[in-house]
Amino acid sequence: MNQQAALPLSEAAFALTLALVFLAPLAIAGVALINTGLGRSRSAAQALLGSLAILAVSAIVFALIGATWTGTAGAAGHTLQLAGKPWDWLGAGPLLLGGLGSASAQSQLALLFEFMAVALAALIPWGSGADRLRLSAGCAVAAVMAAGVFPLLAHWIWAGGWLARLGANFSLGAGFVDPGGAATVHVLGGLSALAVVWIAGSRTGKFPKEGLSTALPGHNAVYVLFGCLLALVGWLAWNVAGAVIWLHAPLAALPVTAVNTLLSAAGAVVATFTVTRVRFGKPDASLCANGWLAGLVASCACAGIVTPGEALAIGLIAGIITPLLVELLELALSIDDPSGAITVHAVGGLWGLLAAGIFAPQPGQLVAQLVGIATLLGLVLPLVYLLFWLLNRVVAFRVDPDGERIGMDLHELGGGAYPEFVIHRDESYR
Amino acid sequence: MKYAGLLVMPAGFFLSIAALVLFPDPVQRTAFVVCGLGVECLGLVVAVRGHMEARGERRP
Repeated sequence: MNQQAALPLSEAAFALTLALVFLAPLAIAGVALINTGLGRSRSAAQALLGSLAILAVSAIVFALIGATWTGTAGAAGHTLQLAGKPWDWLGAGPLLLGGLGSASAQSQLALLFEFMAVALAALIPWGSGADRLRLSAGCAVAAVMAAGVFPLLAHWIWAGGWLARLGANFSLGAGFVDPGGAATVHVLGGLSALAVVWIAGSRTGKFPKEGLSTALPGHNAVYVLFGCLLALVGWLAWNVAGAVIWLHAPLAALPVTAVNTLLSAAGAVVATFTVTRVRFGKPDASLCANGWLAGLVASCACAGIVTPGEALAIGLIAGIITPLLVELLELALSIDDPSGAITVHAVGGLWGLLAAGIFAPQPGQLVAQLVGIATLLGLVLPLVYLLFWLLNRVVAFRVDPDGERIGMDLHELGGGAYPEFVIHRDESYR
Repeated sequence: MKYAGLLVMPAGFFLSIAALVLFPDPVQRTAFVVCGLGVECLGLVVAVRGHMEARGERRP
């Protein structure tokens, strides 16, 4: 049994947090809209239907299996004894959400938060596989993440697992800190996106034999930018709710958490706007959207523990890194990521986790954050790659070439998202 | 080559974990955790290089 039971919430804090968790799906809606807008028009309906399907599959699988392995702080868990220290590595909750009704209200609230988190994590690789990832493959990826990988990370970080206990066991600050899900949601999602892109390959015509990669711009900048605004509401709720549930932050600290979230996103979008303006002569809408989202992602780890000035600096750095890395991945590393999820979620999340260590007041916090980052890069990326590689043998990730040519909407759904629009011939298939 | 890179990455993780257990001194511990991260970055670079080579061979 792990030792770190959750502190009880006051009634006011509980009611506020419950209301905030109800707003968290707006972050999921925003990301779904951004993914759809950054894909092509002939795959738009499949992209949005896929988002709904992924949300549903991840919720069901997490309820059936994942929640058992996630467990709750203070409850039973599987623990190894290594070098005289307990290493709590897996939860041992009741099967099929048994006893949920009799669990404490706070445990139920944490579980609801985890349902939102697993859905968002599973949605992130879907955007990177746009225009070639089959609907069944997206759902299978979501099922694997909800059943196996997310519960491991959520237990280690949120449910009193070994990463959360680094402070108690090794005097490393407050242990690995991630109240908004930068690691459990965004880095996991971003690394899963990298694995999916590696396995599914790039879109046909994206990287011709000679010359630079072909630009395949998103089909609807309005969806993308409106998705960013929608995501802001969800993120504000997400970070504040996370601060209450996982950091046990007092009510008086919550407005600062929200201000930090906003400042991080604002700093990031201004930085991306400036970088793209300098590099291309005009600001790039899709890269600015990526910058905005990277600022929000970076804030997940640290909005509850840094000052507003530090949050602004964190956002500025995230906004500078994002457009440069999107360009590097596409032009130099031949990684076809239509939604920019690898940069936005994986790198933005890693930067946020590192920043939480740099700016945290407790000694040893930076090392705790570095150990968490080492776990994500060294264990989670190879693990998801292996799982997805095996999954691809059972459920083929990539659609056949004919399906990719006519578009995922016609191929998988039998009808397009915009039936009254004329679809122009794609030059890359000549 | 991609698989070699992905196999190197867990080695970096275990190096970081070993640092926690073996070194009570914060400076040594930090240095070894950073070394573990360095090994992981090396593995990632090898995996990315492997992906680029495979892509170059498969281009139409």
